Parts: sequence; C-alpha cells; structure tokens
Amino acid sequence: MNAATQEKTIALPRNRLYSVIAVAAFILLAFIADRFFDAFTLRVFNLCAIYIVLALSLNLLNGFTGLFSLGHAGFMAVGAYVSALLTMSPQLKDMNYFLVPIVPWLHHVTIPFLPALIIAGLVSALVGFLIGAPVLRLRDDYLAIATLGFGEIIRVLITNAQPITNGAQGLKGLPRFSTTFAVWTVAGLVILFMALLMRSSYGRAMKAVRDDELAAEAMGINVFRVKVTSFTVSSFLAGVGGALLGHMITTIDPKMFTFMLTFNILLIVVLGGTGSISGSVISAVVVTILMEALRFLDEPMNLIIFKTQGMPGLRMVVFSILLMVMIIYRQRGLMGNKEFSWDMLRDLFVKKGRKGGDHA
Amino acid sequence: MLEIKSLSVHYGGIHALQGIDLSVPEGKIVTLIGANGAGKSTTLRSIVGLVKPTAGKVLLRDMVISGKATQDIVQRGIVLVPEGRRIFPNLTVEENLHLGAYARNDKVGVLKDLDHVYDLFPRLKERRAQKGGTLSGGEQQMLAVGRGLMSKPKLLMMDEPSLGLAPLIVKMIFEIIKQINTEGTTVLLVEQNAKAALEVADYGYVLETGRITLQGRGQDLLQDDRVRKAYLGEAQ
Repeated sequence: MNAATQEKTIALPRNRLYSVIAVAAFILLAFIADRFFDAFTLRVFNLCAIYIVLALSLNLLNGFTGLFSLGHAGFMAVGAYVSALLTMSPQLKDMNYFLVPIVPWLHHVTIPFLPALIIAGLVSALVGFLIGAPVLRLRDDYLAIATLGFGEIIRVLITNAQPITNGAQGLKGLPRFSTTFAVWTVAGLVILFMALLMRSSYGRAMKAVRDDELAAEAMGINVFRVKVTSFTVSSFLAGVGGALLGHMITTIDPKMFTFMLTFNILLIVVLGGTGSISGSVISAVVVTILMEALRFLDEPMNLIIFKTQGMPGLRMVVFSILLMVMIIYRQRGLMGNKEFSWDMLRDLFVKKGRKGGDHA
Repeated sequence: MLEIKSLSVHYGGIHALQGIDLSVPEGKIVTLIGANGAGKSTTLRSIVGLVKPTAGKVLLRDMVISGKATQDIVQRGIVLVPEGRRIFPNLTVEENLHLGAYARNDKVGVLKDLDHVYDLFPRLKERRAQKGGTLSGGEQQMLAVGRGLMSKPKLLMMDEPSLGLAPLIVKMIFEIIKQINTEGTTVLLVEQNAKAALEVADYGYVLETGRITLQGRGQDLLQDDRVRKAYLGEAQ
C-alpha cells in the first residue's frame, strides 16, 4: 500500500503535465483547423463543440441529478430564437418578415453576439425555471412525459407566434457568429464549469438526489430546490447551445427543434455514459463525426451485386444498432459514471498482471 | 432534550401513530422497540420532518420543531440514520461522508469530524475512494452511521442499525453506539433486536400498533415478563 501511494504522488505531477500538453495540443489543432480545414470539415469540427455543450447540459439533468427530461429541444429553440432576434439587423428582419411584420419593439434591437448569447441562456433558464417548478414534483416516466410535452408546447408556440418568431417560415440569414474560437471557448468553459460543479458540495447534493432522494432529504438537502436549480442551469446551457447552433447553420425554423433533436443529444449522453463529463465529451465528438461520415449510407449506393435507391435515414439505423449493442454489453455507456484519467488510459494499454495481488 | 407530545400520524386512512408521548433526556440512549408495523420508523421520520404529523408536537429543547422542513431540523442538530442504510451507492465513501455535513458551514470543523469518523471506522478510511455501493453490508452500516455523525448531531436517531447484519458486526455497531454516546451525543435507537437495544439503553419504550404500552429503564424492561415473552422469545 505504501508503494502504491508513493506511485500516486509521483504520478500526479506527471498526469498534470500530460493534461497541459493535451490541452495545448488541442488548441493548436483548433488553430490549424480554423486555418487549413475545408469549410465542411471545419463545420463538423465546430459542431462537435456545440454538441459537447448540449450533451453536458442534458447530462447534468439525466446523468447527475437523475431527472429524465425529454424536452431539451424546446429550450434550445428558445435560446436560438432569442439570440437570432437580438442580433439580426432591422433590414434583415424586414427581409424575413414579409408575411406578417415583426412587432415594433423587436424591430430595432440589434446587440453584439456575446450579450445576446448570455441573454439567450438567461431566457431559456427562465423558461426552464417556470416549467421546472411545477413539473419537477413528478418522478421518473411522468417527468419524462411532462417535459416531452412542454418541449412540444414551446415548439408549437414558436410556430404560431408569427409576429415575433416569423412562424413556420423560420429565420434566415442569421449572422455567422459561431466561429471556431467562439464555439470551442464556450465548450471549454462549460466543461470547466461542469467539472467544478461536480466537485462542489452542490454537485454532490445533485448526485445524492439521484442516488437516493429520501436519504438526501434526511441529510438536510432541499431536494426540490436542487432539482429546480439543476433544471434551470441545464436550460441555460441548452439555450446557449441552441443559440450557437443557430448562428452556425444561419437558418432556424421550428421544425429543427423536434423530439428528434432531443433524441440525438440523449443518444450522445447514453452512449458516453450518464453521469460522466468526459464520457459526454468523447461521445459528442464521435457521434457528431459519425453522423456526417455515415451520410453516404443515405445516398444511392452501388454495391456491384445490387444497387440501392438511396434511403434517407439509413445512417440513423446504424446509431440504433450501436445503441442496442451498447445497452446489451455496456449498460452504463462508454465511461459509466467514471471520469477519464491518464491512469485509466495507461491501465488500458499496459495490462497489469497484478490482479491476483493484494486487495487493499 | 427531545419531547414528543401526543403525536399522531395518519397514512391515508391508517392511524399509524395514535398519540404517543416520549422523551429523550440529554446525554442518554433511549430505545424504541416493537414489532413490524408498530410505528417505530414513522416516529423517527416524523421527528425529522420526513412525515408530517396530523396532531401533537415535537419539541427540541423547548422549541417546537414539528412542521418544520427537514433541512431546518437537521441544522438544529437532529439526524436520522435511515433504515436499510440508504447510502449513496454511486458516490465514494468520502463523498457520502461529506454529504452528511451538507447542512454545515464550518469547513474546518467538517474536516476534523471526517478524521474523527475515520478514527471510529478505520475500515472506511481504507475504502475512502471506493463507491459506497461496493461496500459490504456491515461497512455500509458503518458508512451510514459515519454519515450521520458528520452532521455533528446533538441527537442521533438510528432506525434498525442491526438489520440484516452478521452477529459480530451487530455487536460492533452497538459498541460504536455506546462510544458515540459517551462522547456526548444523545441517541434514540429503534430496534427489532430488543435484547441488544435494551442492553445499551438507559431507557426504553415499547410501541404496539401506534401506542406506547410499556416504558421503563432498559435493565427493568429486560426483566419484564411481558417484554421477555413478546420480544425476547422466552417461553415462561
């Protein structure tokens, strides 16, 4: 045991060095990507960052607080619309609202991206708070159904509030603010925030609520308040993620924010491991890249023996299979609720033959 | 220290507690024994605010605490070690212990008490980085007691600490209860293991279907014929 602790103390600064190198290498990669990648590859690269933000925001609820929520797309929609409306110029708004004119108080508002992004998050958080306060009295599947319903309600409201949101036609020509720098900075901040939160006593309280609500209450944790806070913070992050997505694609409409979007994020969270920050990050990157890389499956294929006509949605079948395989062989996802560490990586490559040794 | 006055609890139509009176003097170990469904756990839960009483009151040092939120009651120094241990299985031993101190604000004191709990249960110190769910039953009970102690309670309430544990571990848990008590913590113990409970207790109450039917000093109850017959499994 003594030798083990000694090994730990030596390993610690070494691991920190690895982390610094890894972060530096990534920043270098981001610069190279921004300069030299073609537009499509760069877009996928940046989409990874946005999905990291979205996956972490859903994992905060599903994985860390144990609240099964399915209304995430709704909060993303709120964020995307708020940020779009705050940053578009009056001329751009005139071009978009040709059926029904925009309400006058929104017409002249044009503010820079950063404050718009923060306000988008705050409005989402407010909506999350208002929905969360009544809905979080429900549990498990009832909560899932209620949040699913609210997600759809938000979408229907956006579709019908034509003077504000331009209805089903959506908004086009959003300023292209989601630069490589912007999305990865936000992703980095969100990862850092989550890591710090989960080490704080409030983060521990969230995990306690997830593990055993009654015991958590007996420890003096205000269970309901923890749930509402988690829901609100998650909505904030979802709003920010939605806003980034809008400013990347530059076109938003209510159909973008259906349950399918929530499902994609849920897929990332489940594959990565509910309750693991690093799991969500790895899974977000892998799934985002696969989503694009497997696009050829949707197109007509010539397989020499037979030709396919092109089946839109075939790539989603791959994800469904992946999900099933994961559920069968690794129920808790790639990382379970563990976090990545350099020691884990080392153990993975160097199979140590000291399994049968002491069990201290 | 703790006074319960004609406390009643209803679960729907069931009258689970039918006006019980109970008092726990400062620095003592008081036990509440009784069969399944007598209302023992309900009593503890209503003291700590997890169950809302329909009548009667609970006083802590002459202050009414019944009707207050659980977190306020915990902050006033009462903690419940729940039945079936209910540790947080996906959190490490150390995280579990820190959660016990959730209602506290004094960081230095918390770290001191963490050391104290590790002194009390060296096994927990060895397993501090392990997930709670991977511990054995006895270790989980140690963790549950340790977690309770982390709130620095004036009154520690334990619900069936011996449930499902090997006799040797039960003995150890009761030793620990005595030790905690000599260090100045008042203990209210609910047990089905009447013999072990009455042996450590200064005073005991017998609860039957929501009513207190007997009370007395622990030693006296151990000698009482009715108790011996009903709870200690003796023929004569």
